[in-house]
Amino acid sequence: MKQLIQKLTETFSPSGFESAIREVIKQEVQPLADEVRVDALGNLIVRKGAKAKNGKRIMLAAHMDEIGLMVSHIDENGFIRFSNIGGIRTGGLLSGRVQFTNGTQGLIGVERDLFAAKSPTFSQYYIDVGATSAKNCPVKIGDVAAFKRPFLELGQRLVAKSMDDRIGCAVLIEALRALKTSPHELYFVFTTQEEVGPRGAATSAFGIDPEIGLAVDVTLTGDTPKSKYMAISLGKGPAVKVKDTGMLSDQHIVEWMCSTAEKKRIPYQREVLDGGSTDAMAIQMTRSGVLAGCLSVPCRYVHTPSEMVDYEDVQNSVKLLVALISAPLNL
Amino acid sequence: MPTIGNAQLKLLEKLCNACAVSGDEGEVRSIVMEEIKGHTDEVRVDAVGNVLVTKKGNGKSPSTSLRTSQPHLRVMLTAHMDEVGFMLVADDGEGLFRFETVGGMDVRQLPGKAVVVGREHLPGVIGARPIHLTTAEERKQKISLDALRIDIGPGTTKVKPGDWATFATRFQRSGPSVLAKALDDRLGVATLIELIKHAPPEIDLLAAFTVQEEIGLRGSRVAAYTFNPDIGIVLDSTPANDLPDWEGEENIAYNTKLGLGPAIYVADGSTISDPRLVRWLAETGTASKIPYQFRQPGGGGTDAGAIHKTRSGIPSISVSVPHRYTHSAISIARIDDWKNTLALLQAALANLTPDLLASERA
Amino acid sequence: MTEILPFLKDLISAPGLSGYEDPAANIIADKWRPLVHEISRGTLGSLQGLRRGTGKEPRPSVMIATHMDAIGLMVTGITDGFLRITRVGGVDVRVLPGTPVNVFATGAGASGTGATGAVTSAGEANVRPPLPGVVAQPSAQLLPDEARDGPVALEHLFIDTGLLPQKVSELVRVGDLVSFAQPPAELSGETLTGHSLDNRASVAALTVCLEELQTRPHVWDVWAVATSQEEVGAIGAAGSAYKLRPTIAIVVDVTFAKGPGASDWSTSPLGKGPTIVIGPNIHPALHKSMKELADKLEIPYTLEYTPSHSGTDGWATQVAAEGIPTLVIGLPLRYMHTAVELVALKDIQRTGRLLAEFIARLGPDYMDKIVWDK
Repeated sequence: MKQLIQKLTETFSPSGFESAIREVIKQEVQPLADEVRVDALGNLIVRKGAKAKNGKRIMLAAHMDEIGLMVSHIDENGFIRFSNIGGIRTGGLLSGRVQFTNGTQGLIGVERDLFAAKSPTFSQYYIDVGATSAKNCPVKIGDVAAFKRPFLELGQRLVAKSMDDRIGCAVLIEALRALKTSPHELYFVFTTQEEVGPRGAATSAFGIDPEIGLAVDVTLTGDTPKSKYMAISLGKGPAVKVKDTGMLSDQHIVEWMCSTAEKKRIPYQREVLDGGSTDAMAIQMTRSGVLAGCLSVPCRYVHTPSEMVDYEDVQNSVKLLVALISAPLNL
Repeated sequence: MPTIGNAQLKLLEKLCNACAVSGDEGEVRSIVMEEIKGHTDEVRVDAVGNVLVTKKGNGKSPSTSLRTSQPHLRVMLTAHMDEVGFMLVADDGEGLFRFETVGGMDVRQLPGKAVVVGREHLPGVIGARPIHLTTAEERKQKISLDALRIDIGPGTTKVKPGDWATFATRFQRSGPSVLAKALDDRLGVATLIELIKHAPPEIDLLAAFTVQEEIGLRGSRVAAYTFNPDIGIVLDSTPANDLPDWEGEENIAYNTKLGLGPAIYVADGSTISDPRLVRWLAETGTASKIPYQFRQPGGGGTDAGAIHKTRSGIPSISVSVPHRYTHSAISIARIDDWKNTLALLQAALANLTPDLLASERA
Repeated sequence: MTEILPFLKDLISAPGLSGYEDPAANIIADKWRPLVHEISRGTLGSLQGLRRGTGKEPRPSVMIATHMDAIGLMVTGITDGFLRITRVGGVDVRVLPGTPVNVFATGAGASGTGATGAVTSAGEANVRPPLPGVVAQPSAQLLPDEARDGPVALEHLFIDTGLLPQKVSELVRVGDLVSFAQPPAELSGETLTGHSLDNRASVAALTVCLEELQTRPHVWDVWAVATSQEEVGAIGAAGSAYKLRPTIAIVVDVTFAKGPGASDWSTSPLGKGPTIVIGPNIHPALHKSMKELADKLEIPYTLEYTPSHSGTDGWATQVAAEGIPTLVIGLPLRYMHTAVELVALKDIQRTGRLLAEFIARLGPDYMDKIVWDK
């Protein structure tokens, strides 16, 4: 699974430009699926199984896009100004490396004000791709880039860019691989444009019209020095979301997830997140409403180029997801 | 081929001088209904006040739409009828009314402006405290909305809270430019009317003149749900902040520039345009030698933000005529940019086939 | 007409926070069952009662939406037996210190069913008594410098249940709900105070309307909907509007009554009838129609001006699916989103009566009048 995670996290696909990661995932899921299709917003929709007695139509969503940067101007000396795609933290920008979808690489610099007392604003950063004029700059307005960082193993912990939410994609792929039988009509959806929306989840959910929607995404932790309080730690198991900034999980989904974890003796944590939301928010509001929840993989340093998860949490997430979708369900 | 001549400028003038603040689009709606009469296959006003127009194509192309199996595409074009403005919310007596802004406005743009109020366009002003009575400290502060009133003069009963108001600016021409209020988005409305009158036969043209764009893209959302088109194209007008930088540095945040042609959107705060549509418009512009520019990616939003997320997703893009001084009493746009916007859309719609959507979104 | 007060007092004594409306929904369902022909729950928890009209099928329908969810708090973690909390809906943190609350504990120790834990939380409030508690503001020495004087941020507030840390850990889980514990009280001048009158006072008005309709024939179908999750984004109303596709929608929600700290143009007098809202969120012909009716019946009302977002379920219902002509009615209420909200009972009665009169007059051709640009 680590190889898969490495492959997924080292692919460049910011929101709205997911074709590269979609091809990687398609290769993985094609042999395992009953049907694979791509919708208007580029979501990869993978169907497995049909509804049996006590079965439901269930949508599982992990977003395959990542945060990134988009060229907004190239100045006369070839320096690139950019706007953000998704919630970029300025704190992690300086001297970061980026790669454009056409392969061009560059680094991030900042205007002189850096040395002033105030931290620089977003518009003070620029990308240097080695160009010397607007003419010889190898990218143009509207081109997109993502952070470049190699995958890294630190003992039990895995570090990479775009762990948010390629780790969710990995969990979905491995769950699909491990699934033996299911009474449910299952849709494994690798969604687009979560970091700017969630947009892809909204349209794919409308098309699928599920009875139950479950996002698999990362959540924050409260286990680093002087971090904001949060009762989630790395290594204590996957998290069952009760609430985040954008959504209240359906209470029956929460109890279904908790009791399944307890039955299977899989460690889990109950999550209340202040700051952020997931695809589940969009799924819940589809048509006349969908019962929705979220299985979260605890992750440190979210929305920086080095996001960290615990490998055991990841494996337990797969286990929990497989257990959830294997058994009949009455809500 | 239609282009922008005196008749079109007259229409734009009429549209800009009309008052249609979000939620009160009736005046522009009436002009639209009048203009498109006889040019449509079907027209109706929906539950929120959008004007929905269908103009069927007769064109056949070698390929078929994947979604509808039709030999041509169903293309929705939208332009919003509403403009930013004011609503009177309390009668302070003596012809003075407290008001709120409708849509995103910079309150610093308001003091000392003439306005018109209500259905009868009753004239009024937004005054300000005489400078003689202000202190040096006070002059450093913004004048807040709380301190402003719309004054229509005492003694009339023709105006009441709940009435809408907007700037009293009258349309003018000046050399290559037009000066008017509400160019955002009467330029789009006028363009869409021209496209209906000269609809390309290759497509089913579904035109939506939308309401309530300025307060949350609300009309376009239900219009897109109703039409459920193959493609959504939003005709809007976007700011050109192409003024000098205060330090004399290169202006790197101009959004668009006047005179460079229609602005094609790659991404804004509400939408990442379908890359297939971006390529199509840009390639059409290049091939037809029509100038165009890419709007700088970043914030802001258009009706595309609602449209592309409708139902199972609708490939969408926005094209704007640039204008300076957005959401203020007087905006300025270039007639040539408008001309080229219409030309680009005409050329692009004429070469549009279902093949464009045959491959997956990039 | 039956007296609405006991029902409303019952209703605002129940929790029923956003997303966990069962306790409120059950009380409402019991009250509505004899008043409607069918009753059901929407996917996301809205309670939907149908009174069939006498018209020929397919009949037009009017949806009256009043949200039943309440704001409150949720447990985010436990530190030394003190509960850490976040908000469910728009709670003003400054009114929290010293507020009595109920904690709906769902941990294993609370149910006594062993290690597998409990099944639901507030839904079983009637069988499992909540833990009483108080919102605690730590003393200045325990807070960061900037919080010593000004308002104390939610992240620094706790709930103290008086129980020992070990017991708290057994009883309380992350995600457990906390509601205000303020009991209802009748004040002078036929006014009622309590928490969650936003928006259960409007539920009561809708109930008055349904009672009136028992003796008033109506042509249209009536969907009485107590919506869920309004306080977190009009989620339930959006779903119900999409599902039921009413011909028109009327949303009743509380609005700011004149009172201490709220006396400017944007407020309406308490006890002088409902407000009829004007603005982009409202179909102007519906507004006109309701206003003319109130004038005719001499039911007092005030006009309320909302230049853009009405801040109610109406914002979502208007743009559901292909769009729904929507009207918003306001019920004046003081001290919104505190534990001591205050309404005038007369306003509830009048609102209910106005709704019933409106519904009774909806003829088969009514929609011919609901057009633009007249």
